[in-house]
Amino acid sequence: MNNSLTKVPMPEQEPDVRNKNFNEVTLGYTKEMAMEEAERCLNCKQQFCVAGCPVNVPIPEFIQEVKQGNFDGAYDIITSENALPAICGRVCPQENQCEGKCIRAKKGESVAIGRLERFVADYKMQKNDSKVEKPLARPQKVAVIGSGPAGITCAGELAKKGYQVTMFEALHKLGGVLVYGIPEFRLPKALVEKELQKVINLGVKIEKNVIVGRSVTIDELKAQGYEAIFVGSGAGLPRFMRVNGENLNGVFAANEFLTRVNLMKAYNFPDSPTPVFVGDKVAVVGGGNVAMDAARTAKRLGAKEVYIIYRRGENELPARIEEVHHAKEEGIIFKLLCNPVEIIGKDGWVTGIKCVEMELGEPDASGRRSPVEKKDSIFEIEMSTVIVAIGQSPNPLIRMTTPNLETQKWGGIIVNEETMATSKEGVYAGGDVVTGAATVILAMGAGKQAANAIHKQFGNLDN
Amino acid sequence: MYKIVDKKKLNSTVEKMIIHAPHVSTKCEPGQFIILCANENSERIPLTIQDYDREKGTVSIIYQVVGYSTQELSKKEAGDSVAHFAGPLGVESNIHKKKRVLGIGGGVGAAPLYPQIKKFKELGVECDVILGGRSEEFVILEEEFKGISDNVYCATNDGSKGTQGFVTDILKKLLEKGNVYDEVIAIGPLIMMKAVVDVTKPLNIKTMVSLNPIMIDGTGMCGCCRVTVDGKTKFACIDGPDFDGYGVDFDEAMKRQTMYKKEESHICNLTGEVRK
Repeated sequence: MNNSLTKVPMPEQEPDVRNKNFNEVTLGYTKEMAMEEAERCLNCKQQFCVAGCPVNVPIPEFIQEVKQGNFDGAYDIITSENALPAICGRVCPQENQCEGKCIRAKKGESVAIGRLERFVADYKMQKNDSKVEKPLARPQKVAVIGSGPAGITCAGELAKKGYQVTMFEALHKLGGVLVYGIPEFRLPKALVEKELQKVINLGVKIEKNVIVGRSVTIDELKAQGYEAIFVGSGAGLPRFMRVNGENLNGVFAANEFLTRVNLMKAYNFPDSPTPVFVGDKVAVVGGGNVAMDAARTAKRLGAKEVYIIYRRGENELPARIEEVHHAKEEGIIFKLLCNPVEIIGKDGWVTGIKCVEMELGEPDASGRRSPVEKKDSIFEIEMSTVIVAIGQSPNPLIRMTTPNLETQKWGGIIVNEETMATSKEGVYAGGDVVTGAATVILAMGAGKQAANAIHKQFGNLDN
Repeated sequence: MYKIVDKKKLNSTVEKMIIHAPHVSTKCEPGQFIILCANENSERIPLTIQDYDREKGTVSIIYQVVGYSTQELSKKEAGDSVAHFAGPLGVESNIHKKKRVLGIGGGVGAAPLYPQIKKFKELGVECDVILGGRSEEFVILEEEFKGISDNVYCATNDGSKGTQGFVTDILKKLLEKGNVYDEVIAIGPLIMMKAVVDVTKPLNIKTMVSLNPIMIDGTGMCGCCRVTVDGKTKFACIDGPDFDGYGVDFDEAMKRQTMYKKEESHICNLTGEVRK
């Protein structure tokens, strides 16, 4: 039993070193650290942590195995419910999920569930002994659209059951937001590749450069004999603020900025031929994980001053606590309670941003106190770059080209929440294309639920 | 990998490739485009589709060798492959039965114009075409257009072919002559499309233009290709690339086109290699 009120700290690169490189910031626990942290778990009878996990990983059970040093056993327990623990251990907002429910958080810090999950996954990955059991082949063909977290999970689960799965990807690299969106320093791409390789080893066929909705429609896939189709095409449509100056050179959607750097490796320019512009003074508008990723990326690319501009306060920042903490350590300047009203430019290029100060009013529908403008508080800051990270809407290509697919007014595909079935027979959907921009773990959960429902569609009542 | 079935040099800087890509050729329509990566780690280059053969499963592209990435592509020969070839992208052109249309193609803009005029002709529409270029050498696809159009006119800056002057000089003459067009389709450099709209808008002749801004993914994801049309932000990759020319903010589009001019000059003009 470890009675410490704080988590065993995880080693990480020094802030002043890491804000100049793209290597992973946090370095992970050693075996000893993991076993010491595992001792903090009370193994409660009532498992609040499990209830807080969107895919119900048996958390206390795997932590008991870590205590004993049985990391292989711990891995098997985690992967009974979560196919991508190395990714979730790094990017899940644990403080709002499992760790937020942990009894130990009532006095001191919660058990470091995310760090332990990551440790177990990394341990197993290093051993490189995950064996592939060839399942009994089943004849039904299933199409999975998109190779992000929802698609990978759905394809993996169905392939494990023996179905003939083809995964379609519009880009030239697999991984979706894990590859084009989340930076290397937070989620190493080699790790994503290993997870994808596991799915390929299960027999999933890959079709890259195919844009479902354009190269082939959902109805055509059906006609080609795909008896079930899962749409996991993500939230690929950036939102803009609709203020003057937003189309000036030097204004990016965070998606563009991050895609240039992550997918196209612009940090290597000119060795990598895709360029990215980063000025001396960069403003990132928004307070979520994408905003933190963009700000920290800009810093690493050499920007002298990087600002986060967010209209609510510190407590309302939607980003993971760890990302905010890391961003501050790396020298990102937080301008909170501050909202852009105009982007100022000269000769077609950004020169500054005009903002208004905000104060928090009554809670809105989301339960967060909604910001209201302070009178006569407009001010200007000089800027060379503005990155807009205020969210993404579902990618419109599939809804534009699929008749009888019901969608919300804002574009999300409407599904049955149990089965992920859409209004179109045999078509399922999950992840950000249903929810709007959300988390990796929710997308994975949806992919898994859809896989189970597809299995049932084919007449199987077991899991 | 997508095989290069054929490659042809059209002039000193423009080349044509026919690429085997059935996932594109079975579905593509005039007006749509593709994105290719010459090699695994190359830039993603958007290129309009010049022609396609559904039976052979091939797509023709025409490109001007201007920077590092098009030079990289240009090093490939028939029999080689390009690493990635995604498409078709964009909305197909709105081509319906009309009486008479006028196509205007400036430089490589003639390439995406070709399938549009071809389809108009198939619908029995009377088609005139104006092709423009710096000099005779840079007027492309003249013979091909002659096969599908009623009249083909050429304009060159130096007068080495056809009228000396701009495509708009011929456009003005045709209109003065009393030719009536239901629609003008202008594809070429932004400055040319702007000049065409300046002529046609006061006369209320519907004018469609095709935009080719900087892009990365081509599926709406990055927002890089945004253009202002009728005061609203549109994404050329999913809302276009065709737009009604009257509403396009060409001045903004021209500024946005220069976004990476400095980085492009990292590329040696002499050898095409990246300067370090």
